[in-house]
Amino acid sequence: MSKANYKITDFVSIKDHRIFQGKSQIFKTDKSLGLDQFLKEAYINLKLSYPKFHKMDGLCKLGILASEVLFKDHIISPETALVFSNSASSLETDKKHQQAMSEIVSPSVFVYTLPNIVLGEISIKHKLQSENVFFIENRFNPELLRDYAEVLLEAEKTPAVVCGWIDLKNAEYDVFLCLISRKGEIPLSKENLKQLYLFENE
Amino acid sequence: MKKIYLLDDAIISPLGFSTEENLTAIKNERSGLKFHKNNRFPSEGFYAGIIENELLIEAFLKIGEPKKHTKLEQMVLLAVSRILDKNSQINLSKTALIISTTKGNIDLLTKSFFPENRIYLSELGNVIKEFFGFHLQPIVISNACISGGLALAVAKRFITAGKFKQAIVVGGDLVSEFVLSGFHSFQAMSAEPCRPFSKNRKGINLGEAAVAVLVSSIKPQNSINISLLGEASVNDANHISGPSRTGEGLYKSIQNALLEAQISAKDIDYLSAHGTATPYNDEMEAVAFNRSGLSEVPMNSFKAYYGHTLGASALLESILTKYSLLNNELYASLNFDEIGVSKPLNLIKNFEKKELKFALKTASGFGGCNLAIVLKKEGNE
Repeated sequence: MSKANYKITDFVSIKDHRIFQGKSQIFKTDKSLGLDQFLKEAYINLKLSYPKFHKMDGLCKLGILASEVLFKDHIISPETALVFSNSASSLETDKKHQQAMSEIVSPSVFVYTLPNIVLGEISIKHKLQSENVFFIENRFNPELLRDYAEVLLEAEKTPAVVCGWIDLKNAEYDVFLCLISRKGEIPLSKENLKQLYLFENE
Repeated sequence: MKKIYLLDDAIISPLGFSTEENLTAIKNERSGLKFHKNNRFPSEGFYAGIIENELLIEAFLKIGEPKKHTKLEQMVLLAVSRILDKNSQINLSKTALIISTTKGNIDLLTKSFFPENRIYLSELGNVIKEFFGFHLQPIVISNACISGGLALAVAKRFITAGKFKQAIVVGGDLVSEFVLSGFHSFQAMSAEPCRPFSKNRKGINLGEAAVAVLVSSIKPQNSINISLLGEASVNDANHISGPSRTGEGLYKSIQNALLEAQISAKDIDYLSAHGTATPYNDEMEAVAFNRSGLSEVPMNSFKAYYGHTLGASALLESILTKYSLLNNELYASLNFDEIGVSKPLNLIKNFEKKELKFALKTASGFGGCNLAIVLKKEGNE
């Protein structure tokens, strides 16, 4: 693989009802709140005026919140690629759809039974017409993310990549996204990705 | 130029458990779609391409114990074993495994016979890895209906970057009550066998298949080979369940794939469309193909043979496209009657022999994703 000079330009994490921009905590609520309530309060706190948000499933809401924080201080090219991964796919919404199957199935639930819908929602919100991929891994895999981000950048398929982990299972969630480009101080490496991911997990 | 070669392949579908059987069926315009009773539907059933359990178990018994594996696992294991059996040179310690699926073992949400973790898509990767003894960690892609084609693109990207030299790309999905009920709620299901791009198209049929392709950076010792020269995937950024009216993402995917292949639209001899037969999807494709200057290129959709096989479809159709090029054969776009989109297209009405060199394969899916792939037939130039 190439050793080009790519950087982790910025990163965001959402965990335990806390949102971090880089390493700074920018929002938190009481841990006893339900997930829906936390997401709603974060939406209000970030001053998102985007009514579509309320129609989304939990995974998409987490993705919209995380991308909002990540893009805040940067000019994002519409060709910025999205490379996301998780373990549970869309299982949380899958279960909702499965429960509805004995009665009335809703297309507005069914559409969220794919993990890549969050990529579509972020693309719509930020007008990104770009490369997307959703990988499923049993745990955070910094090597895959680094390799694939480098491949896209080296092949000049994209000027920047947003990559990371966005998992939601039984109302437990774990979000870590980072912006990869030529700007910034932190070199793109497996170790640095892992360290930044673990930072918010301590 | 950075490219990979498509070597051996396998198709496990209602049309047969080998690529050869599937090609014979398609040449004879035989469809795998059948009526299946189900009281969820006003028509008291649905058309779909479903693999008969008895036939699958019988075939699987030759390689493993059917009761240890779900239906989908049996299908994908069978597909991979077909390739490994015929290619004893494959080094399992160096060959990557790339898997595409949308819903995997989703039917396990209601059955508890298998351990709970089998519903996880990464576990499907592990099952294949362990069954055959692959060494590398499988890469699993779940990106709606472009997954199978995107998996091929991902293989090319990693191989040309030197991450590994060869890979087996495998795609699979089932016809499940889960997905049937969902598409039914969208009123996207046709009560009849689907008619892609036709005036009387009324929606999709679902299908199930498992397919596998061996890809490599090394040119095989054949007089004729098929290479994957260009690929691109661009999101519409328009709507999560409705295709863009301008076909923007598909148009851009096609442009980027042609650019990477260093050819132009007029070089394309054959176009394998997505063609799900929903009113909106086929119209969007017609717009994107016209914007790309592809309206006169002979084209088809394979959905009336198989139904929509979701995460397998774009890989399945890439294999069929490979054989179109190799055999200089254009396969009929089954069930097409009269053009039913607002732009002109050149649907293949009957099986035809024609010299072919370049083909374009496209796919689109929920989440606004699109994909285009350029395949080339190379002689000993």
